[in-house]
Amino acid sequence: MTDTSATLVQGTLDMLILKTLALEPLHGWGISQRIQQLSHGVFEVNPGSLFPAFRRLERAGLLDCEWRTSENNRRAKYYSLTKAGRQKLRSETKEWERQVAAIARILQTAS
Amino acid sequence: MPIWKNLFTGLRGLFRKRKVEQELDEELRDFLNKSIAENMRSGMTREEAHRASRLEMGGVEAVKENVRSAGWETHLETLWSDLRFGARLLRFNPVFAGAAILSLALGIGANTAIFQLLDAVRLRTLPVRNPQELVSVRIDQRHGMSGRSRGRYSELTYAMWEQIRGQQRGLSGIFAFSPTEFNVSPSGEIHNVQALWVSGEFFETLGVEPALGRLLAPADDKPSCASSGIVISNSFWQHEYGGDRTVVGRSLNINRRPFQIIGVTPPEFYGVEMGRYFDIAAPLCAEPVVDGAEDAMLPRRDSWWLVAMGRLNPGWTTERASAQLRAISPGLFEATLPPDFNPAQAKRYLAYRLGAFPADTGVSDLRADYESPLWLMLGLAALVLIIASANLANLLLARASAREKEMGMRMAVGASRWRLIRQLLAESLLLAGIGAFLGALLARSLSQVLVASLSTQSNPLFVDLGTDWRVLGFTISLAFLTCILFGLAPALRATNVTPSLVLKESGRGTTDGRSRFGLRRILVVSQIALSLTLLVGALLFSRSLGKLATVDAGFQRDGILAADIDFTALNLPLDQRISFARELLDRVRAIPGVDSAAITRILPLSGNGEAHDIVFGVSGPPQEESAVAVFHRVSPAFFRTLRTPVIAGRDFDEHDVAGSPLVAIVNESFARKFIKKGNPVGTLLRVRRMSTIFGPYQIVGLVKDTKYADLRETAQEIMYTPVAQLDRPDADAQILIRSNAPLPVLISSVKSVANGANPNMDVSFVVFHQMIEEGLLRDRLMARLSGFFGILAILLAVIGLYGVISYMVARRRNEIGIRMSLGAGRRSIIALVLRESFWLLSIGLTVGIVLALAVSSAAASLLFGLKAHDAETLITATVILAVIALAASYIPALRASKLDPLEALRHE
Repeated sequence: MTDTSATLVQGTLDMLILKTLALEPLHGWGISQRIQQLSHGVFEVNPGSLFPAFRRLERAGLLDCEWRTSENNRRAKYYSLTKAGRQKLRSETKEWERQVAAIARILQTAS
Repeated sequence: MPIWKNLFTGLRGLFRKRKVEQELDEELRDFLNKSIAENMRSGMTREEAHRASRLEMGGVEAVKENVRSAGWETHLETLWSDLRFGARLLRFNPVFAGAAILSLALGIGANTAIFQLLDAVRLRTLPVRNPQELVSVRIDQRHGMSGRSRGRYSELTYAMWEQIRGQQRGLSGIFAFSPTEFNVSPSGEIHNVQALWVSGEFFETLGVEPALGRLLAPADDKPSCASSGIVISNSFWQHEYGGDRTVVGRSLNINRRPFQIIGVTPPEFYGVEMGRYFDIAAPLCAEPVVDGAEDAMLPRRDSWWLVAMGRLNPGWTTERASAQLRAISPGLFEATLPPDFNPAQAKRYLAYRLGAFPADTGVSDLRADYESPLWLMLGLAALVLIIASANLANLLLARASAREKEMGMRMAVGASRWRLIRQLLAESLLLAGIGAFLGALLARSLSQVLVASLSTQSNPLFVDLGTDWRVLGFTISLAFLTCILFGLAPALRATNVTPSLVLKESGRGTTDGRSRFGLRRILVVSQIALSLTLLVGALLFSRSLGKLATVDAGFQRDGILAADIDFTALNLPLDQRISFARELLDRVRAIPGVDSAAITRILPLSGNGEAHDIVFGVSGPPQEESAVAVFHRVSPAFFRTLRTPVIAGRDFDEHDVAGSPLVAIVNESFARKFIKKGNPVGTLLRVRRMSTIFGPYQIVGLVKDTKYADLRETAQEIMYTPVAQLDRPDADAQILIRSNAPLPVLISSVKSVANGANPNMDVSFVVFHQMIEEGLLRDRLMARLSGFFGILAILLAVIGLYGVISYMVARRRNEIGIRMSLGAGRRSIIALVLRESFWLLSIGLTVGIVLALAVSSAAASLLFGLKAHDAETLITATVILAVIALAASYIPALRASKLDPLEALRHE
């Protein structure tokens, strides 16, 4: 099993979670599945890193949470983005794109 | 706002823990179920799906742990549980806990008590509005002054004050005051209370509001004092009137003159002097009325008795105000020059320059006397605390070796080293915290005892020892500091273990021995060094006190009572005063049990004095260089009463009266410096007071040198003249009485003598040797405190040494057993052990001597009769400490020599 979550820096994981929740609120399992789907299987984040990240983001005021019934008719905790969360996602994305462009330039020009 | 949300949810995590845990459990379980369902959908069996999901999760508990540590409240919880664990440990080791907490409480308590005093004396600002705006106005660098001075601060004369008030520009409000004492008893024996002469602007410039009635205003301080109103302090009001609200308007006697109480100050206001308080405040204009025409300070330009303080104008700095004052100085001093100054005095007076100085902490003679001793004491107390912490560190290090297995076990099940260190530090923090708390309580009583021991009847002190934020912060920082000091090294050492090694059966530990023992050795050496320093300090101060207390004052101090009989109220004309005083003296001499009695204007060693220029020869102008001597005005039998030997010539007698040739007696130093002959008897000289030259005086006697104003002074040139030949006799008779009669009997006899002569006189008494002892208070305090610290330090260091030597013996039991079985006798085993302690001692003492030399240099100015690098003291201290330490190490050495070699060999 490719447990590549170990190579994910904390900040990047946060950004991925924020992005996944940009469309609609999800519960923990849903977020983990969505990240796996959207990355075409490159990233499989294990719950050991996910759940602490949820709590951290919630404490930082970027996520809201509420209890709802999920698909299997059981209670589940759904996370959603706050306004601050959306703002953070925007700024993080911009910063990420800037860095990626710079790295790409360096890699291209190296002979 | 995220910070509130964080706080809220964190608090929820603390207080509704179960619910939050339940929710987390539910959430993770739901995740697991969904994961299992997914796995089953992709074809695994139920068991396979379970297993796969659990593997992926990696352990529900571990995940929960990670989630928990993402919130701040868990760290609080772990700290709390660490503390509780530490408390349990302490409960199971009550002796250790008790010893540790006690030494910490003593150390922290002593430090806090001294700091509290320092804070009150030096650091705390006055409890008035905006104290940082206050400055004092006085002469900058006044070297020497002429005229009369009275009171604790004789900075300005009234004439100068009036000029300053009119001409200064830098201060929005300025006031003057003078501390004094008032006799409030209507008649008979004096009852003195602390008082302040204040100018009309005093209260309003300081921004003080009355608690009752009103306070003095500028209108109350007009020349020739129409209103005669006074203000009393809150404490005086409670004390004397029981807080009676009808006190406003009542009459109060000051020196037998009635004044009216117009108001009461609030409870927190004690004046502008740190360490002092006041009972009554009266306007400056009333001073001539109270002190009488002869003694009044206000009307005379040569009388120095006032201090001036004020508030800076907005936008003005102290420097700017100072510059303005300097600029107006020449004109000001010219306008206020006392008319009877001689040319030399006038020249010095006109060169004075005024300046402004920061006064946010008020003025204080207390500060001048006690500030450096207190800082020194704080340093010594800090050393004691370090020694106590070293002891604790040693103890903890010993326990660290015992807990190796525990640490190894915990690391094996997954605790990080940092986590273990945190727990050990929490235990130390618990110790330090309890010690600091108890120390703070101790400090309150300690500092009160300190102040009480410094306050005397004649010089009462009042220090508001409130616990302000500075003191609290000091105590808390001490707690943290000591925790780090004694807790960190053992914590680091204890967790420096490899689990696999310590968990083996024959766990003797890995680094047991060399390096850990080395640290304990260093600790003990530093303890020895520090206690030697403290011991040297204690010896220095004790010896200094001893020298001061027994210094040859030139007279016999015991058995003397000074009775001051003031007959100003009788309004006797000048020519009758001498005979009246003489009659009082004769009556006192007639009291049974009185050996001898004499009148003196100035009480020796009281700090009062009189100094004038000596003019040689019977005629001609004064010489260029001034010859100055101090003066005593005495009656016959003065020297006999004090038991000062008359070396040549004679004492004054009945023939030396007004109208007879002027006579004088001088002391050895006077003769040595000014007469330069063997026998000064017969020499003629004159005395210049201000611009008048009196004389010629003929010297008729030579007496032994005596101390004049202070025990610490070097020999002064003293000239004695008869009170009977004074051109302005005093309206009081200060009678020195030598008697073996019990004091109460003597005092009542003198009172009845005075009463019999005339019931309208004021009588006050001073027990001579008591007065001298009060002057030695500061030195006695230093000797006591440093002695206490010295003993404490030695105790702690010796305990530390004993511990280390015992440990060394236990560690080398095997070796000792081998030696004994190979034939080593008891003696050589003892020598073996003592050699170790000898080494530690030598290094410790050497370092200690160097440290002691450094510290004692700092104390040099406080010592009397001793140089700071006094070899005798150093050697004595070294020997004492060495002997005690060797004796302490002898016990484990003896025990080592009594070991059964077989058993020692068997011990691994």
